[in-house]
Amino acid sequence: MTTLGTRPLDSFADNDQKPVGYGRMLRKEDPRFVRGLGHYCDDIQLPGMLHMAILRSPFAHARIVSIDTSRALAHPKVKAVVTGADLAEKGLAWMPTLSNDVQAVLATDKVRFQGQEVAIVVAEDRYSARDGLELIDVQYDPLPPVVDVRHALDPDAPVIRDDLEGKADNHCFDWETGDAAATQAVFDRAEVVVSQDIVYPRVHPAPMETCGCVADYDRVSGKLTLWTTSQAPHAHRTLYALVAGLPEHKIRVVSPDIGGGFGNKVPIYPGYVCAIVASLVLHKPVKWMEDRSENLISTGFARDYLMRGEIAATRDGKILAVRTNVLADHGAFNGTAAPVKYPAGFFGVFTGSYDLEAAYCHMTAVYTNKAPGGVAYACSFRITEAVYLVERMVDVLARELDMDPAELRLRNLIRPEQFPYTTKTGWVYDSGEYERALRLSMETAGYEDLRKEQAERRARGELMGIGLSFFTEAVGAGPRKDMDILGLGMADGCELTVHPTGKAVVRLSVQTQGQGHETTFAQIVAEELGIPPADIEVVHGDTDQTPFGLGTYGSRSTPVSGAAAAMVARKVRDKARIIASGMLEVSVADLEWEKGAFQVKGDPTRSVTIQDVAMRAYGAGDLPEGVEGGLQAEVCYNPENLTYPFGAYICVVDVDPGTGAVKVRKFVAIDDCGTRINEMIIEGQVHGGLTDGVGMALMEMIAFDEDGNCLSASLMDYLIPTALEVPDWQTGHTVTPSPHHPIGAKGIGESATVGSPPAVVNAIVDALAPFGIRHADMPLTPSRVWDAMQGHPLPPV
Amino acid sequence: MKVSLTVNGDPVTAEIEDRLLLVHFLRDHLGLTGTHWGCDTSNCGTCVVWLDGEPVKSCTVLAAMAGGHEVRTVEGLERDGELDPVQQGFMQCHGLQCGFCTPGMMMTARALLDRNPSPSEGEIREAISGQICRCTGYATIVRSVQWAAAYEASQAEASQAVGSAS
Ligand code: FES
Ligand code: FES
Repeated sequence: MTTLGTRPLDSFADNDQKPVGYGRMLRKEDPRFVRGLGHYCDDIQLPGMLHMAILRSPFAHARIVSIDTSRALAHPKVKAVVTGADLAEKGLAWMPTLSNDVQAVLATDKVRFQGQEVAIVVAEDRYSARDGLELIDVQYDPLPPVVDVRHALDPDAPVIRDDLEGKADNHCFDWETGDAAATQAVFDRAEVVVSQDIVYPRVHPAPMETCGCVADYDRVSGKLTLWTTSQAPHAHRTLYALVAGLPEHKIRVVSPDIGGGFGNKVPIYPGYVCAIVASLVLHKPVKWMEDRSENLISTGFARDYLMRGEIAATRDGKILAVRTNVLADHGAFNGTAAPVKYPAGFFGVFTGSYDLEAAYCHMTAVYTNKAPGGVAYACSFRITEAVYLVERMVDVLARELDMDPAELRLRNLIRPEQFPYTTKTGWVYDSGEYERALRLSMETAGYEDLRKEQAERRARGELMGIGLSFFTEAVGAGPRKDMDILGLGMADGCELTVHPTGKAVVRLSVQTQGQGHETTFAQIVAEELGIPPADIEVVHGDTDQTPFGLGTYGSRSTPVSGAAAAMVARKVRDKARIIASGMLEVSVADLEWEKGAFQVKGDPTRSVTIQDVAMRAYGAGDLPEGVEGGLQAEVCYNPENLTYPFGAYICVVDVDPGTGAVKVRKFVAIDDCGTRINEMIIEGQVHGGLTDGVGMALMEMIAFDEDGNCLSASLMDYLIPTALEVPDWQTGHTVTPSPHHPIGAKGIGESATVGSPPAVVNAIVDALAPFGIRHADMPLTPSRVWDAMQGHPLPPV
Repeated sequence: MKVSLTVNGDPVTAEIEDRLLLVHFLRDHLGLTGTHWGCDTSNCGTCVVWLDGEPVKSCTVLAAMAGGHEVRTVEGLERDGELDPVQQGFMQCHGLQCGFCTPGMMMTARALLDRNPSPSEGEIREAISGQICRCTGYATIVRSVQWAAAYEASQAEASQAVGSAS
């Protein structure tokens, strides 16, 4: 089925359709949000609650000579000041990162990036805690910083991680995938080989709500409750247990409403640990909320890859191989949040959506004096970088071959009959109808007409560009045999209880940050059980109330937890069927399931609804032999493979020849995420991602000066698109279900963030073709476009 | 210092520090947590409230400066248990995801519609351009405001029809 997304103004979401299951349905979470009654972390007020603030390093690299806290402690409203030395006494000065490195909670020996946590102040109110920071006197002995990633491995580069035993350089890890020799052989005989240096600059997720928490330790029960901006409350609970030695059953982690995550809220930050310590010591609830500058300079960034791409092809446009060499900037601590066996995330899908003969990647990751992090900002574990690389390279090749970029892609896309398709780097793409999606995007955009218009405008000296991208994502981590985070398998639990009156409660291990889980998951269960979504309560984000699972990031909620929700509902349905057979006095085999009711085959007058069955399950009458009372079930879903959503995007830009300013005039996004649960929510996910992509392509970058000062420490300097910088989006879709997912769904949360940057950049480079350039690096701000127009596009480092 | 003002129609008097920002006064002192805070530099607009009917960024107004004035927050949009059409529009058109920017967006939208009952897409984008939404990509916010405008126009028409019939 191929349908075009409609977006005329009369196509508003309509609950009159009242879907019992999939379909456009208004969100269950919205009534509280539109009333201003959401419950975010900073909204929490507890009796006696204290406020914490963090003193951060002004230097990128410096030895700490001394810290004098006496004046701060003398402040009448300050209750405590804690330094790294204090934490070291408790063995808490360092903590593990999500990628088996360690990170300082509070610096003890030296600071390794500007903004690093040095001390905390706990005071009676927000403002006094900040006053206390001003009263701490730290003496630093500045050291030369490593800022330019290209020089991090120079023999004379200062060693950042001298905390690591025997560490004498800034090397973080090396990683490779694919077959180097086979790829070399293909390159050797290829008719056409092109290479290009490509930078994916450091960017930041910058959710509108910054990170923070409220830690509340009850010294009588010994129970710690942590309300926190976490995308992964269960993983966080286990890690707190492992790090702080707190018994896991005495830790409750709650993610209340979250004001956007985008990966920024996956890691455990020093601030959380400090607030916990403060509450443990002071026996009071302690709140910590970052300010915006703290969020931008110290929390999980994204990207920061310097890539050399090479592509080999025949003269008539058959792509043979892709090869890349990557230099990855991981900052001062390797805080990457990715499955441990995947230090470069899922960058291995850089072979894109094309049928290749060979591929190879070698990556070197280094430490620099910059904030730690590494995977964040809706990137599906580095797929953003991978897709950007291959989609830029294909355009570079198209230019070399003097071939239309759409034609080149059509010639090389993996064909439907090749699925499941194993890539040259070992990924098994589950399903796809790529050509159909690309052709639909071209039809929707009016590709031929756009090219004609472009030719006319070019003749008049105008700079119009048309950019395509085609992407395949790998989302839904992941099969536990391959994927874990710090030893925790990436499976997700789900529990479902149907109450006697037929109302249901479903408990998820994942957590929403705006994706609408309270709606979508109710719809999944509704589809399986025939209970209206309004009668299904979705519980999530509280470790005391939900089963274990790894949380929401990397577009894994629908692929993993969505599958768990469908499976648990089916389990309940199976039990209901047995009870129904008793009620109708027929064998199980004689029953038919008609969404919401079991009826006797051939006799529709004899039926019982799921609600009837629920009442019987708890009722006084006898149940069939061997059936326990109650109607509930639980599952833990271990995905057998990732899901591989894909899409075709077309962007049209106009570049002002006088100023270099880029206007995104039109954007067509055709997405295929398999079975679609809620059209409205899917469209919203796509719109948001497209905006992120335009932001990265045109304006977003975390920049540093040569001393390691972060130049993007506020929303005045770190630019995010407003309503004026983005067009109205034209979305559409095809549906190619995932064969291994119980409902055929694939993830959609990050598709657009992954797919849109290359479309925008390809469009701009296309617009600038008259200037003879074939590549320009993001962010393509007016001044950088201007440089490109002079024939000298500069890398942003 | 002492400050007296009206918040959502109710008179409020409080003893405050002179440096207290209006956003913190509303959130921490009055418990009106629908107004959010999202930046240090007056860029994000998650904090937008009305001061005497004019949208302002409450992170850039001292609580003291609001003394003697009327403040309206998102909690004051609903009237007699009836959602404002702007609130309905945001629900109908998926104008929100995480909901963090939403109160500020809706306060600006309400102010816009009060002045201009049928704004163009460009006028709506212009009106919210001092605010950031990291989730929605804005198109659905624009549609939400258009929904509210259309709804209000249809209501006005209906009441006119009733008026001329009687
Ligand atoms: S808090 Fe960002 S503009 Fe007010
Ligand atoms: S809905 Fe999340 S910032 Fe707007």
